[in-house]
Amino acid sequence: MSLNLVWPDFLVERDENRCIQCEVCAKQCANEVHRLDKDTGLMVSDETKCVDCHRCVAMCPTRALKIRVNDLEFKPNANWSGDLIKEIYKQADSGAVLQSGMGNPKPYPVYWDRMVINASQVTNPSIDPLREPMETGVILGRKPPKLEFDKNGRLLTKMPPQIKLDVPIMFSAMSFGSISGNAHEALARAATALGTLYNTGEGGLAREMYKYGPNTIVQVASGRFGVHPEYLNAGAMLEIKIGQGAKPGLGGHLPGAKVGDAVSKARMIPKGSDALSPAPHHDIYSIEDLRQLIYSLKEATDYLKPVSVKIAAVHNSAAIASGIARAGADIIAIDGFRGGTGSAPTRTRDNVGIPVELALASVDQRLREEGIRNEVSLVAAGGIRCSMDVVKAIALGADACYIGTAALVAMGCHLCQTCYTGKCNWGIATQREDLEKRLNPDIAAQRLINMVTGWKHEIDETLGGMGINAIESLKGNRLMLRGVGLNEKELEVLGIKYAGE
Amino acid sequence: MIKEGLTRIPSGCAISGILNRKGERFSGETILTSIEIMHDRANGLGGGFAGYGIYPNFADLYALHIFYDDAGSKDQTDCFIKGHFEVEAEERIPTRKVKEIGKSPLIWRYFMSPKPHKIRESELDEQEYVARCVFTINREYKGAYVFSSGKNMGAFKGVGFPEDIGRFYMIEEYEAYLWTAHGRFPTNTPGWWGGAHPFTLLNWSVVHNGEISSYDANRRFVEMYGYNCTLMTDTEVITYIIDLLVRKHGIPLTEAVNIMAAPFWREIELMDDENRKKYEAIRSVYGSALINGPFSIILGFEGGMMALNDRIKLRPLIAAEKGDNLYVASEEAAIRIVCPSPDRIWSPRGGEPVIGFAEGYK
Amino acid sequence: MKKIYADERWCLGCGLCKVYCRTSHSKTKDIIKAHKLEDPKPVERLHIETGDVMNFALQCRHCDDPKCVQGCITGAMQKDPVTGVVTNEAERCVGCWTCVLVCPFGAIVRDEGKKKIAAKCDLCAQTGEPECVKHCPNNALIYEDRGDGK
Repeated sequence: MSLNLVWPDFLVERDENRCIQCEVCAKQCANEVHRLDKDTGLMVSDETKCVDCHRCVAMCPTRALKIRVNDLEFKPNANWSGDLIKEIYKQADSGAVLQSGMGNPKPYPVYWDRMVINASQVTNPSIDPLREPMETGVILGRKPPKLEFDKNGRLLTKMPPQIKLDVPIMFSAMSFGSISGNAHEALARAATALGTLYNTGEGGLAREMYKYGPNTIVQVASGRFGVHPEYLNAGAMLEIKIGQGAKPGLGGHLPGAKVGDAVSKARMIPKGSDALSPAPHHDIYSIEDLRQLIYSLKEATDYLKPVSVKIAAVHNSAAIASGIARAGADIIAIDGFRGGTGSAPTRTRDNVGIPVELALASVDQRLREEGIRNEVSLVAAGGIRCSMDVVKAIALGADACYIGTAALVAMGCHLCQTCYTGKCNWGIATQREDLEKRLNPDIAAQRLINMVTGWKHEIDETLGGMGINAIESLKGNRLMLRGVGLNEKELEVLGIKYAGE
Repeated sequence: MIKEGLTRIPSGCAISGILNRKGERFSGETILTSIEIMHDRANGLGGGFAGYGIYPNFADLYALHIFYDDAGSKDQTDCFIKGHFEVEAEERIPTRKVKEIGKSPLIWRYFMSPKPHKIRESELDEQEYVARCVFTINREYKGAYVFSSGKNMGAFKGVGFPEDIGRFYMIEEYEAYLWTAHGRFPTNTPGWWGGAHPFTLLNWSVVHNGEISSYDANRRFVEMYGYNCTLMTDTEVITYIIDLLVRKHGIPLTEAVNIMAAPFWREIELMDDENRKKYEAIRSVYGSALINGPFSIILGFEGGMMALNDRIKLRPLIAAEKGDNLYVASEEAAIRIVCPSPDRIWSPRGGEPVIGFAEGYK
Repeated sequence: MKKIYADERWCLGCGLCKVYCRTSHSKTKDIIKAHKLEDPKPVERLHIETGDVMNFALQCRHCDDPKCVQGCITGAMQKDPVTGVVTNEAERCVGCWTCVLVCPFGAIVRDEGKKKIAAKCDLCAQTGEPECVKHCPNNALIYEDRGDGK
């Protein structure tokens, strides 16, 4: 047996003056970090197992615990960080692909934080959302190139299927299997209460969830898990998942440990088997194949529901999106490299894909240059963290945004990035019954509703501050944004001016 | 100094419009008097007029009004014009010296019709052909700017108070059945004649008071359909939206109003089924044509005039009628000074248009 | 009457209800002092049934016909005729533990800190807001009137 070179990521600090030895931390840590030592009568911690999920910190009734990053120091080296060194040790031990959960944590620029928003001063008035109507509802779906009216003003054009949302925010695809049934229940209830949609992800749909159908997007991913005609007709919208921002070019991976009875039934796969989605859809090898699948799904649902296509943001997203629009998709969702995942190879998550801000700007611009932007809806995803990211995304050209990580955080996630272990202490990214019950859907749904409601009010205030009372007037309105700390090329890709101009 | 079109210049303003519904023409003196009383709404950096029915002898020809920086620009542009049109007449627009008006560009007008074989070659209808020629000149011929391109109508505008501009162009000598006027209060100094209002395209003319907050959303929408918003003004984008909806998409003007000043969702939800579906479709398909922010506009066209406010009426607009005449203006004083006792005078609601048609022209 | 009901779907067996029960019945009402300083230490008046997956917290049911009241030899154990809450009067209790033996739920605990007293859930009568319910992190304890009991 060789020496274990992998040191603990985190240190557990316990204030002995505050600890009352209630053992709540020990009972609540699925990683078995804490225990009561019989001899000393004190709590002790095995920090090698700690993942910094903060469950013990939050549960401790006297706030006696703090988790700190282990600041084990190396000789200063601008090229080799401690993380890189440790990752090599892990691979030298296991020979395996490094795994991670959640989205790209690396310090690439966050363009949301380098754009600022306009407000009206003197030359046109700001609008007070407490006293005037402020409209944040959006309609997603394919639009005809124009409308026709008869001479009495009656509408002659037949509209393709449209989805109305009360807020420009939907819950992103997170599969049943990667997250728990209780988490799905909470998302579905919150979506219903908020007048928006949640997305099944690639895990199929349990029968008990069909009742939330009018607020459900059913996803068809490369593994086709759980896809059958009733499933397709159960939702309000369908989504073909070509890619995901966290792992562009790869398929999904759900470890067999997370495939219990319920997941097995929903996905239509044997219990305990790894659920490996193929990298491409094996019936989509070119754009015309996508057109065929889009229309197959429309046929299967009698052309009653819009079909969305979700792609990861990659280098030629603009051209891809143009192709998707012409292939018959009604909605295009672009997932940037900050998008989350239950499990992805670390190297892919951290190095593949581009920021959604840039992808969104270039896709919106390209579709306008081709004269087709008005015919499809665009949804931005991948690292939408707050209401202002939503405002900026819409100003860049999105119709609406998906939130994934933010929704999980609202439910209690602390971004410890170990979802793939299935030992989520918050009951979110787990299939273990004892852990899943930690997420009470009554509480979680309310937290989601609260968060989105808070965001909506912030959006109201910001729109009013800009002198806008209907969110469609913000869509693509790039002059409402200015860049700060951006170079010429970044400004050009985003299509915005510098602050002061 | 950055030229208009490279930067957005917000402005406050004054507008006025007078229509004779019988199509009887009257002197520009009237509209001049109306706009003059609203002097304080402008700051001398822009004024203009549009008159309909002013060229009865050339009624079937396109009357192009063009600014030239210098003779060289004119020569170059003339090549293009003569290659695409049969020019019946061309002359400098007569003006008089007014001490308040500074240096003006060369101001010419041409009466012309498209060359038939050119139209056939292009496979466009006549109006689209003319529109594209105007866009080409404005985009590619530096030093030339077409500021009016309709039949039997014309815009007269420049840098100065509107009453001074009116005297400069001697508009009292023209007679029209519809006059609109505009005085501008921009917040920096464009100094460029082309930037004043009205903005025109073919027979549309728009004068506008307000600053729309949806500008860039509107601009990026119309630019998909071949329009170039070179001036970066609200008036330009509003004119293009109207041209797109009415001329290109064939939507009746009354429905175009419902698109630009669409009702609120809380009103739509209370409508009957058919209307609800109609307005849902409108807001869905034409959401980017919704004009948000304060505006009051007067649209002139050969068949009449339409005045419209934004849906929460953030700019003033008064309307009045007397006999055959319809008046709209930013202030009641501007109406009363030319019509002291109208039959009816009212303040239109936000989002509700005031439309007047001229007999014999629609 | 309002009683505390456990929802076994959501109980995690974490034990926070016990911590707050002790604090509620302490002298100082301060968590740290109640657990580290006070002598005698306050006792919790509920216990948690734990399993691999299912858990629930159990406390006095404030029965309509309390066996503990019947069995009490000094009359210390009483059911309030108005509120219905069953409480033990410390001064009168002699620590005979009859109530402990007789309670069908095992809900009474022996407080042997100083004087021997039978301790039990009193629905946090001083504040009227049971602390276990207030601090349960997962809505596993509910305080409501379900129409049983007077």
